[in-house]
Parts: sequence; structure tokens; C-alpha cells
Amino acid sequence: MTDTIAFSQEVSNLLHAAEGEPTRACIQCGTCSGTCPVAGYMDHTPRQIIAMINAGYKDQVLESNTFWYCASCYHCTVRCPQDINITELMYALKRYSIWKGKHKEGLVGPTFSEAFVKMIVRGGRSFEPILAPSYIFSFNLREMLQEVTNATELLLKGRLPVIPARIKRLASFKRMIGRIIPMGGLE
Amino acid sequence: MKEFAYFPGCSLEKMAESYHLSALETTKKLNIKLQELDDWNCCGATTYFYIDELLAYTLCARNLAIAEKTGLDIVAPCSACYKNMYFTAAHLAKDADLAEHVNFALEEDDLQYNGQVNIKHLIEVFAQDVTAEEIKSKVTRPLEGIRVAPYYGCQIVRPQKEKEDVEQPQFFEGILSAIGATPVNYPLKMRCCGGSLIISSRTAALSMVRNLLQCAVDSQATVIATACPMCQVNLECYQQQVNQEFGANFSFPVLYFTQLIGLAFGISHKKLGIGKEFISFAPSLLQAGQRKD
Repeated sequence: MTDTIAFSQEVSNLLHAAEGEPTRACIQCGTCSGTCPVAGYMDHTPRQIIAMINAGYKDQVLESNTFWYCASCYHCTVRCPQDINITELMYALKRYSIWKGKHKEGLVGPTFSEAFVKMIVRGGRSFEPILAPSYIFSFNLREMLQEVTNATELLLKGRLPVIPARIKRLASFKRMIGRIIPMGGLE
Repeated sequence: MKEFAYFPGCSLEKMAESYHLSALETTKKLNIKLQELDDWNCCGATTYFYIDELLAYTLCARNLAIAEKTGLDIVAPCSACYKNMYFTAAHLAKDADLAEHVNFALEEDDLQYNGQVNIKHLIEVFAQDVTAEEIKSKVTRPLEGIRVAPYYGCQIVRPQKEKEDVEQPQFFEGILSAIGATPVNYPLKMRCCGGSLIISSRTAALSMVRNLLQCAVDSQATVIATACPMCQVNLECYQQQVNQEFGANFSFPVLYFTQLIGLAFGISHKKLGIGKEFISFAPSLLQAGQRKD
């Protein structure tokens, strides 16, 4: 029973500015799962994940693909009758599963988001082509070909950047980030 | 003349350059000046929040701090940039400890944020800062006979900010009516395009795109209007993949709402970035023109 309480508290602690334990307010109505456009692809629906958090199923929650399939559309969040910010909960689980190194094998999300953040830390702006290696190798042959076809067409239409954009005050920008996170891990 | 600090966001530099061009052209006609924010950085899309929350707030706060120095409110044309900046400002306003920590980091870049900036989405400027009559007064070529699916997507309206309608808003329809187009009843107008799942969970995202396209076909629209570069790319550029995956046959134009406004204002296609899309809207325009005659 103590473990049960511990995991929902752990999750609450990951939520910025959350008061109390938001998942404890869940009445298991399933509005989130009924609203979610991706629920059909998830190992566990959002309603199930919340029930599992409250029941202390820590490993099963962290290894689930559920939060990595969340598209951040906030549709569940605006409809939750208990005002649980479910999307922020999904963000928190993403961070926690990366930090714990617990996430499910074969997911693109964790490597893609790390590559994205590293890119911004280096240059301050997004440059799409640099991200491709973080996901393209997880694609099957057909998806790879699709991606190449799309990139070619974007390039022909003048919609793909060829020179990485950078901000001007990059040195002080990096020092600013250094006050938040140790740069060693991201350089 | 109204003036805003304009935060284009990374997508508008190239991938969605037509949104950038048409935003500048149409606002200029309405006597609104978009002054690009000096040395802005990426808003972080959703991915900063997957890695480190404090970093995510700090990177957004840097842009807010730069805007604060100009004394102008921020306008963002991208829904993800808008949402990130809006809620960063909201969190910083509520949480003094968070604001202190973020400002400690901003010091390194000689910046400070004091919570004095309002953040708007570009479409809100068209819906709130000008009246429908003002828009109508600039229309020289009304889009009569063109049936448009107003695609709100997610982060313009969600999460909820105050008491605004998050289920059935109508402001997009209002703008389309003002330029003479016919906004169709588009039941999936509030559903998600898949966002970055197009990279990380391809099949799921393609099925979401398929549903949105099918719904637009069923609504007898001739074009989908979007207000977000991510939505535009997912809905337009991945139609071939949707067709392969689901044995469908979509070839449905998807334009930025500012491009449609620009057409109605009589601005040239080139100035609106029309011609950069995968699926041309020109046949529908011609058809509508013919019907009109």
C-alpha cells in the first residue's frame, strides 16, 4: 500500500505547480480515452494509465508507449471534468521515462526530442535536415522512401532550408542555458 | 496603425515561408505593422518539455524578454509557438520562484522578464484587432463560391485560457465570411493533425490526417484553411503517404488562412507564396471563377 501511494506522489512531484495529487481526483469516467485521437494506438488508454499510476504500477507505466503517442492536442485536458491536466501529465511521464532510461525499445520520440533539444542548444533555431538521422533509421523501407520523396519535393518547392539558421548572440545564449542545465550532457 | 512584435518561428523561415509572406502582406493592407523580434530563438515546439521543463520556460522567456524591451505585444503565426509563449507567460506570472529562476538564467543574456507582454496568435489579430467590416473594406476579389473548411487544429484554442469556447469557436468562420468565402460545417475542425507524431508515430499520424481529409471531402469543401505550419505540412505534404497507406486518392489543397485573405485582397500569387504548395489550388479558383460568371 505504501508503494501505491508513492508512485502517484512521485508523478505529482513531476508536475510543475500541481497542488496535491491530481491523478487522485480521477473518477475513471473515460472522457479522456474517448476524446483522444490516438488512444487506439496506445498500449494503455489515458484513463488506464491514470488508474495504473494510482495503483502504483510504476514499471508498467514507464514502459508503456502511451505518453510517447500523445500528440499534445490537449483535447482530453479541456474535457476532463476533474480538471486534470492530462497532457502535462504525459509530458512529465516522457521526462521521467527518459531520465530513468526506462522507455520502451524502438520508440522514435525519445531520440528525436533529445536530438531536437541539442540542435536548439547549439544554434538557437531549428534546422530540419539535421534531425533526419534521429528517426530515419527506425523507418521501414517504404517510410524511408516516402520521407525522401517528400524532402525532394520540399527542396524543389524551395521549402527546405539548406543553411542552418543561427541566432546572433549565441555565446550568451549558451551561457544562459548553462545556468539551467549542465552543458556537458548536451554538447 | 497597430504595431506588434512579430515572432515568426522557425517553420516560417523556409518550410512555411508562404505563411510568413502572406501574413506580412495582408496585415500591411489592414494597417497593422508586424515588427520582427530581434534575435529570437526557437520556441521549443513540444520537445523541450519532453526533456527539461525549466529549460523550456527559459527559452520561451528569452523571447518574451526581448519583446518586453520593445513595449509591444507578441504575435505568433504558429500555434505551437503561440501556446508555448502564452503558457510560459502565464506560469511565470503565477509562480514567483519559477520567474526568479528563469530570470537568473536570462541575466547571462542581459535580459529580464517582468511579465508585461501579451501574446496573441496571428488569427486572433484578424478576429479581434480588426473588425469584419475593416476586412471587408479591403476585399477587391471576394472568394465567392469557394467552400473553405476552417481547420482550427489544437493549440490556437487548447488548452483553455479563460472562458472562451473550446468546443465550437466561430471566429475562423467569421474571417472566411468576411472575405466572401463560404465556411463549411467541418465537424473535425477541432481535431488534431498528429503534430510531431508524423515523425515519431507515422501510422497513427497518417490515420489522423486521413480522417481530416475525408471529413473535408464529405463537407464538400474545395480547400482547407489552416493557421499553423505543422498542420499545413501534415495535411498537405503527407497526402501521398496517406493514399499509399489507406488506398485512398486524396489531392486536396491546403492553404494558410492569410493566403486566402490575400487572394480576396487582390494581392498577387507570388507575394502570397502561392505556388510553393504540393497540391495546387489554382484549378479550384478557376472553377469558382467560372461558376461566378
